[in-house]
Amino acid sequence: MSLVKTVALCQRYEDRDILKDINLEVARGEVFALIGPTGAGKTTLLRLLDLLDTPASGSIYFDGLEASRSDKLRLKIRRRMSFVLQKPVVFNTSVYDNIAYGLKWRGLARSSLQQRVHRILDMVGLSNGKDRNARTLSGGEAQRVAIARAIATEPELLLLDEPTANLDPNSTARIEELVSDIIQQHNTTIIMATHDIAQGQRLADRMGVLINGEVHQIGAATELFTSPENKEVARFVGMENIIDGVVAASEAGLVSLDINGKSIEALSDYPAGARVYACIRPEDITLSPSSAPSSARNSFRGRITRLTTVGALTRIEIDCGFSLITVVTTQSAQEMDLTKDKPLYATFKATAVHVLKRG
Amino acid sequence: MELWHGLIKAIELIISLDPEVMEIAGRSLQISVAATVLASLICLPLASLIYFSHFPGKRALINLIQTFFSIPTVAIGLFVFILFSRAGPMGGLNLLFTPTVMVIGQMILITPILLGLTISALSGIDKAIPDTARSLGASQLQTATVVLREARFAVVAAVIMGFGRAISEVGVALMVGGNIKGFTRVITTAISLETSKGDLELSIALGIILITIALLVNLVLNRIQQR
Repeated sequence: MSLVKTVALCQRYEDRDILKDINLEVARGEVFALIGPTGAGKTTLLRLLDLLDTPASGSIYFDGLEASRSDKLRLKIRRRMSFVLQKPVVFNTSVYDNIAYGLKWRGLARSSLQQRVHRILDMVGLSNGKDRNARTLSGGEAQRVAIARAIATEPELLLLDEPTANLDPNSTARIEELVSDIIQQHNTTIIMATHDIAQGQRLADRMGVLINGEVHQIGAATELFTSPENKEVARFVGMENIIDGVVAASEAGLVSLDINGKSIEALSDYPAGARVYACIRPEDITLSPSSAPSSARNSFRGRITRLTTVGALTRIEIDCGFSLITVVTTQSAQEMDLTKDKPLYATFKATAVHVLKRG
Repeated sequence: MELWHGLIKAIELIISLDPEVMEIAGRSLQISVAATVLASLICLPLASLIYFSHFPGKRALINLIQTFFSIPTVAIGLFVFILFSRAGPMGGLNLLFTPTVMVIGQMILITPILLGLTISALSGIDKAIPDTARSLGASQLQTATVVLREARFAVVAAVIMGFGRAISEVGVALMVGGNIKGFTRVITTAISLETSKGDLELSIALGIILITIALLVNLVLNRIQQR
């Protein structure tokens, strides 16, 4: 049986639908990541799951128990979980007391409380600073306190809202390591929101893509990366090239797509005449000055329309009858002397094209 | 010259711990501390309740409370006098012209300040604090307590402001206390009476004590606000 289940969950705020018909099931011991762009409704959903807010409609079940509107029952259920808010606020008291609060509220006896707090302090590496006022901590340390006090209560479900947003790479790595430790040592069920799909991939068993208040697709990371079910998910998982086309011919799982008179070969079962999108990751497209013989089925002559350098990578837009975006390392862009209007060949394999039904 | 003479005598009265001066000052402190403590016990939870509840007219209520910050003390004095006079609704208690009714009067006087300043102290706390407390399993009461705790410095400042207003007011003490020597006479009522009688020495001595109390209160307040 699932630990958390939502049925037709909706949330509205000032006549605006924030969440629409959310049906989720998360099993005990599972790590589930809610991924989606900022403003997709991830925080709103986590707040509903933690029973901080009441939904406009729909139901939430925790361990088979429906979270009704009774405050007493909601508190009872809420005490079986913990929620680390996106912007961690620490209480204006010592690190030790911050971690002890949740345990005091549950009426834990003093001796076991002390034992538990010290164990957690060790786990998050804050034993030396336990008497410091938590307000004086750095962002990464404050986030560790926030996670520490959340796991101190030994929750059955841990909700994390963007646990590493606004943290530097070092602190991010530390927090991710801590979350992995929690997953391994406590087998805690976790639902985490993140806009960082790679983070979701590193930590979660399954991910759900939330865009504009709707869950578009749920699945394992590789599934989302290789087979997005619609255009929105494709774009979110990094398929920057989403090109309109029509299946011109289809045979034995191989299709040829008509794109403005040009033809792209791809793997798909859609019949001839189907209106589709051809989705291609920028990193799957290679550039060459001439039409080199290659096993790749798709090669197009085009012209560079724009170059944008972002650190070590350069993003290149090419017009080859349709627009293609690709990335190369900035170094190879210099070596190949890539400049605007330069003609070249863009090449990609048929397996690099993900075909999606349109409309 | 008379002022200089009065000042010297007043300081003598204070240094020699003159029984009458000490008795009046002690009573002032007792009544105002009692009023402040009792009003705080009522107002702090009440302010939290107002802050955490959502009801129509909440904004208007807070505005009304703030309006009463500067209500004239004689208006409260009149109200309490009517309430506790023989023919009044509480007349049967026979409390008029007793220290008890002075405490009640001062409690009413400082209630708006305590409520208003506590509400604004709570408003100054990050909205994520109550959410964090609830997410860690705090009940409504535990959440309110933790927010009050976070606002503790501003709340203590509110209480001290209330005490300052209570000890320095004269209207309520005079009208419902009656300025009875050895029973309801406090610093402010004594100063007003002795000055009209021409006994400046006692007035100045009591005035110095009152200013010293005000100064101490301010020092404490400053210390708190610097934290």
